[in-house]
Amino acid sequence: MIAALLDPFHYVFFVKGLTVATLAGGLCGLIGVFVILRGMSYIGHGLSHAIFGGFAASSIVSINYYLGAGLWGLASALAISRVTRGRRIGADAAIGVITTASFALGVALLTIFGNKGPSFDAALFGSIIGVTAADVWALVGITAFTVAVVFANYRGLLFATFDPDVADVSGVRVARLDALLMLVLSLSILATLTIIGVTLVAATLVIPAVVARMLTNRFSRMLWLSTALGAVCGFVGMNLSYHLDVPSGTMIVLTGATLFAVVLMTTGGRRLQRTARLDPRPEAVTVAG
Amino acid sequence: MTVAAAGDALVRISRASFGYDGTPVLTEVDLTVHDRDFIGVVGPSGSGKTSLLRLLLGTERPQRGEVTRRPGLTVAYVPQLETVNWNFPVTVAECVLMGRTRRTLPWPSRAERTEVARVLDRLGIGDLGGRHIRELSGGQQQRMFIARALLRRPELLLMDEPTSGVDVASRHDMLHLLAELNDEGVAILITTHDLNGVAAHLPQLVALHGAVIAAGAPREVITPSVLERTFGAPMEVLQHLGMPVVLDHYDSPLHRRDTA
Repeated sequence: MIAALLDPFHYVFFVKGLTVATLAGGLCGLIGVFVILRGMSYIGHGLSHAIFGGFAASSIVSINYYLGAGLWGLASALAISRVTRGRRIGADAAIGVITTASFALGVALLTIFGNKGPSFDAALFGSIIGVTAADVWALVGITAFTVAVVFANYRGLLFATFDPDVADVSGVRVARLDALLMLVLSLSILATLTIIGVTLVAATLVIPAVVARMLTNRFSRMLWLSTALGAVCGFVGMNLSYHLDVPSGTMIVLTGATLFAVVLMTTGGRRLQRTARLDPRPEAVTVAG
Repeated sequence: MTVAAAGDALVRISRASFGYDGTPVLTEVDLTVHDRDFIGVVGPSGSGKTSLLRLLLGTERPQRGEVTRRPGLTVAYVPQLETVNWNFPVTVAECVLMGRTRRTLPWPSRAERTEVARVLDRLGIGDLGGRHIRELSGGQQQRMFIARALLRRPELLLMDEPTSGVDVASRHDMLHLLAELNDEGVAILITTHDLNGVAAHLPQLVALHGAVIAAGAPREVITPSVLERTFGAPMEVLQHLGMPVVLDHYDSPLHRRDTA
């Protein structure tokens, strides 16, 4: 039994994939906290599709995938953030318009010009086969950068996520922090796209953070808990992927979904209310003048 | 409101007009907040109270006119409770600590922990620092945000409907607390729709309805003619123990039917 479980660790490609999946899970778990607390759960789904447009464009003009798709994703994220801050269009509508248009453009470009870069299927559904040493180092670099950004801007990010208007008048540079968060979000999706896939990356952003929110009422605890849960889902999901011969992204997401179901059942479902972004405050007596 | 000499005011709004998408909200507004002022802005929903706060805060700029602030002025803002995401995962102490944004390290220093405890104690919620923000009553939640504001050591405290959604006892406590802070030198401007419970107790009032209808002591502002121009409905004003008391004089069709 133990020998069978350890069997895949003899393969370099698996160890590389496992490292990437664990790191990617932790990274998405960390960023996911800000995503769900800002009521932008849909952004992971949208941005991964937007980055697919950049994936196609960089493939056609033969420039580095990380550079091309990264710039494309960042431009999409900043466009979403800008449109949303204008308050005329909600975040969900802005994400829906900008990112699906970008995805459609990517599909059109690949159909017309053909794919010259990484596998189309890998980009859509994720694969550990194509993980290179460069991918691993890119992910390590992006993870270190993200942790540094969150650590150095912890107070500002917390305030701007809780109450951006008050943070803005209290000396927090909210617009700059929003842009920084969009940058690390784009980079995180970019680095995890080929292993988890366009269609599933959103779940790795949302599920660990939602589960962590159900388990704690403290922001600092939620950050490390979500990171740890994301990493565990990546590790377990990747092992299951090998043994069940199912795509890696699929098993990582299913592991997270199972964890969510277990926590939901053990906490009686009541804690799911915590994940609602806005909810009427506790009852209080209103006194008319 | 008297016009202050240059440099005498904390914030001065001069002939400011402001609106959204071409719809005017404020027209030709003049308002000056001096050191140690305690001002209540009264007006119905949509009268421009929140827009006025935004101009004072500097988050919006007037389309015409100007807003000038004393250089280096520290302003703190307490939002309406209704606008807060109460499901956000923060404890009371974590929320108050948001008032300190300059330190880079995520965790609070010993001095910050001591200061948070001191401010919470002063506001009577010293034993609630470890609670989640949703577990507090309306009055306690308002105190928590005042504590966060005080951590900034403000010269001017702006509050949006601070007594909305709190019970009578909490409203009285809140007014006493604000009076204490004002005595200690903090200038305060609050918006309120509560004429009897809040506005009548404040030293200075501004009646607002797209423009400043009247400004001065409650006795000068809480009058039938000013209130009718501000709220668009006739109101009767009685004097009780030297304070104006507003009676809603609305001629309800339901009332007419009952008394017919």
